[in-house]
Amino acid sequence: MTTFLGVPTRRLAGPDDEDPLRGSRPFPAAAADAVRDPVLRRNLRRATTTIRAKREHVVSEVADWEDLRDTGSAVKADVMARLPELLEQLESAVTARGGVVHWAADAAEANAIVTDLIRRTGADEVIKVKSMATQEIGLNEHLAEQGIAAIETDLAELIVQLAGDKPSHILVPAIHRGRAEIRQIFLERMADVPPALTDEPRVLAMAAREHLRRKFLSAKVAVSGANFAIAETGTLAVVESEGNGRMCLTLPETLITVMGIEKLLPSFGDLEVFLQLLPRSSTGERMNPYTSLWTGVTPGDGPQEFHLVLLDNGRTNALADSLGRTALHCIRCSACLNVCPVYERAGGHAYGSVYPGPIGAVLTPQLTGLTGGHDVNATLPYASTLCGACFDACPVKIDIPSMLVELRGRAVDAGRGGVPDGWAAAMKAASWVMSGERRWSVAETASRAGRLVAGRRGRISRLPFPLSRWTRSRDLPAPPAETFRQWWARTRGDDDAGPDAGNPPIAGTPAPRPAADGGDRP
Amino acid sequence: MSTREEMLGRIRAAVAAGAPLAGGCVPLEGDGPDLAVDGVPRRYRRTGDQPPGSPAVLDVLVDRLEDYRATVHRCAAADVARAVRTALGDARSVVVPPGLPDGTVDTAAPDAPEVVVDGRPEPLSAVALDRIDAVVTAARVACAVTGTIVLDGEPDQGRRVITLIPDRHVVVLRAEQVVQTWPETVALLEPTRPLTMISGPSATSDIELSRVEGVHGPRNLQVVIVDPA
Repeated sequence: MTTFLGVPTRRLAGPDDEDPLRGSRPFPAAAADAVRDPVLRRNLRRATTTIRAKREHVVSEVADWEDLRDTGSAVKADVMARLPELLEQLESAVTARGGVVHWAADAAEANAIVTDLIRRTGADEVIKVKSMATQEIGLNEHLAEQGIAAIETDLAELIVQLAGDKPSHILVPAIHRGRAEIRQIFLERMADVPPALTDEPRVLAMAAREHLRRKFLSAKVAVSGANFAIAETGTLAVVESEGNGRMCLTLPETLITVMGIEKLLPSFGDLEVFLQLLPRSSTGERMNPYTSLWTGVTPGDGPQEFHLVLLDNGRTNALADSLGRTALHCIRCSACLNVCPVYERAGGHAYGSVYPGPIGAVLTPQLTGLTGGHDVNATLPYASTLCGACFDACPVKIDIPSMLVELRGRAVDAGRGGVPDGWAAAMKAASWVMSGERRWSVAETASRAGRLVAGRRGRISRLPFPLSRWTRSRDLPAPPAETFRQWWARTRGDDDAGPDAGNPPIAGTPAPRPAADGGDRP
Repeated sequence: MSTREEMLGRIRAAVAAGAPLAGGCVPLEGDGPDLAVDGVPRRYRRTGDQPPGSPAVLDVLVDRLEDYRATVHRCAAADVARAVRTALGDARSVVVPPGLPDGTVDTAAPDAPEVVVDGRPEPLSAVALDRIDAVVTAARVACAVTGTIVLDGEPDQGRRVITLIPDRHVVVLRAEQVVQTWPETVALLEPTRPLTMISGPSATSDIELSRVEGVHGPRNLQVVIVDPA
């Protein structure tokens, strides 16, 4: 692992601002509250179950899906390896077509650039297409402080904005809200809400249409993100469903796009891969209803002023790490959230970052860097069972489980030296016991006493301190009546050299299992 | 030093520090024709097994469009005006791009809707378009497998705004414009034109992931497929 010395410090928009990439509490504490909320649990379960089934259906239709994933992964690796030249190529292509390119090292710089661009148009209101990059820099909050109203036009973002809430999913930011809650939010917060509003999704969507129509027709400035940017041609792409994106990208006089530097694709032809991977992984559709592509300014069609803001904001931290940089391959489809058993139960808010779920658990700590052992983002790599479902679902094959393990290892290494905590002391003791054959043998025999405290289910649910710290949140299976070594001695007793000596069990013949109690793992 | 130079410097240093890649990167297998010069494997299908406009390809497109709740009309070349008339339903006003082939919209019939040509003499404002019921355009290409129609702003398709604000969009597709696979579709596009890819009417799944057709874009998508003569 290399140490990257050019680490920039991320500056927030202001000292009192909440960090969109860092929550106020560690993941276990935030998740504990979330799992006790039955409404949230039901909303999340219903939504993730629905979208998982849709994704599986449309992915199974594509015979060459694995080949597409291989290409997607390799293209992104190529982009990371050639990022400087591709960014410069993008810049000159956009400039040649009448666009203006800006470079922003961090959130504060990006917010200042966007604010200045809006001020120069004289507008005090902008319409917005859903964008992770602008959430990551806290643009809406910054603009509000500067007296500029930013109106989210994506239905779910509108729900979140009206509720004064935070998004909890990359694709479906209001996934934590059910229809009844959404109706209530509209009734309380939407100025021109129809009085006969029901909780039918169609009725709610139509209310949003009416609410935003006037805004679209009169807007002077729009702010968007980008799903892809083509270095070769300077083309930008926004993938969406509702048509709010088309409205924002077409109607205003000025368009400002904020984009992370990793969103590049080398050539236009790469869209033949990525526009197959993204919609099926994301919404579980063969293709999303609308995709808009534009290159600079087209005379007589759409915004006549176009600004592209290229954002670093910690991305070079991840790029400088040979393993971590694959997190930058992410195309924000959110498939990993939908298949994650931890996300399904804890929800997005528990992660404290605009990037939740498995990808958030690896991306967020890399973008922010860790400020020390008490940084809440240091708990994110533990927000996983390492089941591997995210890796299987990822359209660009990001090996999230391996990265989680690596980040956990680094967190442990960072804690070495100084006064060991209980965990470190326990590990040290275990290491001493396990490294001596006699000590281990004694410990094994002693552990059988655990059978006495196990209930009839063969589980130990409560142990005295300090072991209570383990059993507080999980059961321990009762130790088996016979240990492995005892079983070995009994069944191969003539070989007193132990399992490592002599002939190992013949390959291909399953060795008989020791007398296990057959219980589930904790 | 400008932010640009600083950022590029940092990115260059990071690229060097983070190489070579480990974990999550695809091992490259073999060196056959599927490996392009840039070392990116391309083993996926890049062409269909059916020619553009063939009956099998058209059937798939129709199936996909109907799955998206679009309405499909099939007609012979001589009957385009009649099919468009049906597709327009009860629209009383229609906008068309300046290059739409003559005779696509029948203006002679006694109950024909009022037809406005965008850009003659002036481009229509968004507010003016908001008072028009429907739009009729051609298209650049359609992809059967994904049910996608692509507009590229040529004169028979017009400015992006005219297909966005009216609530009903009638697209007239010639059968030979329909290709089977997505890579074939992308290969036909001119990147620097303003491109709009449309797969069914506007929709949202933001409320409990149940799909609702029709939010901000046209709520009603009508596709007229003109079979070869």
